[in-house]
Amino acid sequence: MRDSGQGAVTVRGSVDLLFRQRAGQLAATLTRILGIDHLDRVDDLVQDAFVQALKRWPYAGVPDNPAGWVLRVAKNRAVDELRRQGRWREKRDELERSILPAAEAGRAFFSTELTDDQLRMTFACCHPALARDAQVALTLKTVGGFSVDEIARAFLATPATIAQRLVRAKRALKEARVELKIPAADALPGHLDAVLEVLYLTFNEGHGASAGDALVRAELCEEAIRLVELIAAHPVVGGPKVNALAALFLFQAARLPARVDAGGDQVLLAEQDRSRFDRALLRRALEHLRLAARGDRVTSYHLEAEIASCHALAESFEATDWGRILDCYDRLLELAPSPVVALNRVVAVARVAGTAAGLKALAAVAREPALERYGPRYAIEAELLERAGRTGEAAAAWSRALALTASEPVRRYLHRRVAAAG
Amino acid sequence: MGQFMLLLHEDPRGFAALSPQEIQAVVGEYSAWRERLAGQGRLAGGNKLKDEGGRWLTGQNGRVRVVDGPFSEAKEVIGGYFMIEAADYDEAVAISRECPHLRYGGRIELREVDPIHD
Repeated sequence: MRDSGQGAVTVRGSVDLLFRQRAGQLAATLTRILGIDHLDRVDDLVQDAFVQALKRWPYAGVPDNPAGWVLRVAKNRAVDELRRQGRWREKRDELERSILPAAEAGRAFFSTELTDDQLRMTFACCHPALARDAQVALTLKTVGGFSVDEIARAFLATPATIAQRLVRAKRALKEARVELKIPAADALPGHLDAVLEVLYLTFNEGHGASAGDALVRAELCEEAIRLVELIAAHPVVGGPKVNALAALFLFQAARLPARVDAGGDQVLLAEQDRSRFDRALLRRALEHLRLAARGDRVTSYHLEAEIASCHALAESFEATDWGRILDCYDRLLELAPSPVVALNRVVAVARVAGTAAGLKALAAVAREPALERYGPRYAIEAELLERAGRTGEAAAAWSRALALTASEPVRRYLHRRVAAAG
Repeated sequence: MGQFMLLLHEDPRGFAALSPQEIQAVVGEYSAWRERLAGQGRLAGGNKLKDEGGRWLTGQNGRVRVVDGPFSEAKEVIGGYFMIEAADYDEAVAISRECPHLRYGGRIELREVDPIHD
């Protein structure tokens, strides 16, 4: 369908009118009014309002205030729904207050109440009572306005699987009697961590899509950035850790325009044209990094953000401060040991101490079961083997990496490396 | 110059599964198509028909029978129509090919209006 990954990729700010974002915002507000138990009906109402727009605007033309039009249709249907449920009188004032007349619709969408609706919805969708993959699917569907098909493509699942996941998620919300609210300070840490992990997963998938024709799905990155910045700006749930994650996202997103070439192929970091890095995003990233330094705790997001800043701010690949990057990886391994982190550290070791040292570090990590079917583990090995002149073994490693990827652009790249080494 | 009618046939449930992003794309395409036509003075009108089956009337044995037309159970219904100005069928087809209706599973029946002269 429509992937935005081909050709030059930019990550826009949240100023544009995007149907998808409006759908998410509308769902958040309607959920508050109709109740989280009625999430299915909310989904239908929102989808139906946009389908009505699609059916009518070709004949009547796009109205002057498209957002207001959709809002009015959704509101009318919400009224019908509440009447049907016998709750109209109880909810009338709330509905009138929250969904203002069409003329004010533009302003309404920037109100604190709308932001709070979305934050409440995000915390509910990421409630610990739900499994992680359910949290991700529900957040993307309800807050992000993505369709079941779009979520399925992003996460290597079938639409039927995602649909089932959503059904189970909604049921789990009901059974756990999850409330729609911004967690109080004492309940916050656990909930916030879940939300941040969901956003991390979402951004990661958008930044380097694991399957399909597009290397990058900018809209997933945009949504993760949009939500993390909403959270960072909030007086109760914001804090240095959230700023650190925002900085990480923005440093990575700034490099997206240079990451994909006109043919949709990936461009290696060493070859990226740094003049194409998005300066506005870099500025925002630096601001968040500054705010992240306010706290007294260094979290793994802080360290990842620092690594990302080293890459994004280096004047050239050769000028990259690999020593500082290696130091961050060392601290990251102490804080949050993981095979993937240890693997990424190998690249830094090789840059700082040479290929032989890199291969030695790799040997220490390579037998981790978690990495056995992880493509990048073989790609990193292949690169080092090539540098060490062991081209035969390198070709074998490139081939293993190739067998383990479902991404078309990555597949094309690995094919070339196999051919060159063989 | 002739007048042509584009009858837009579609699956009544057709759009339900489109994502907001896809809907945005279609709306954008329709805007562009309409603007082009209107700018050339070729868009003579059009209407959406209500999402319902309407009524079917038949005359039989001197009596008129009226039934509700099918809608959601139908495979295909007429969603609406456009009226355009074009020199001939070739021109009308060229215009109709660009109509976004065709990109999302719909069918267009193109008919020239018969200019009746005395």
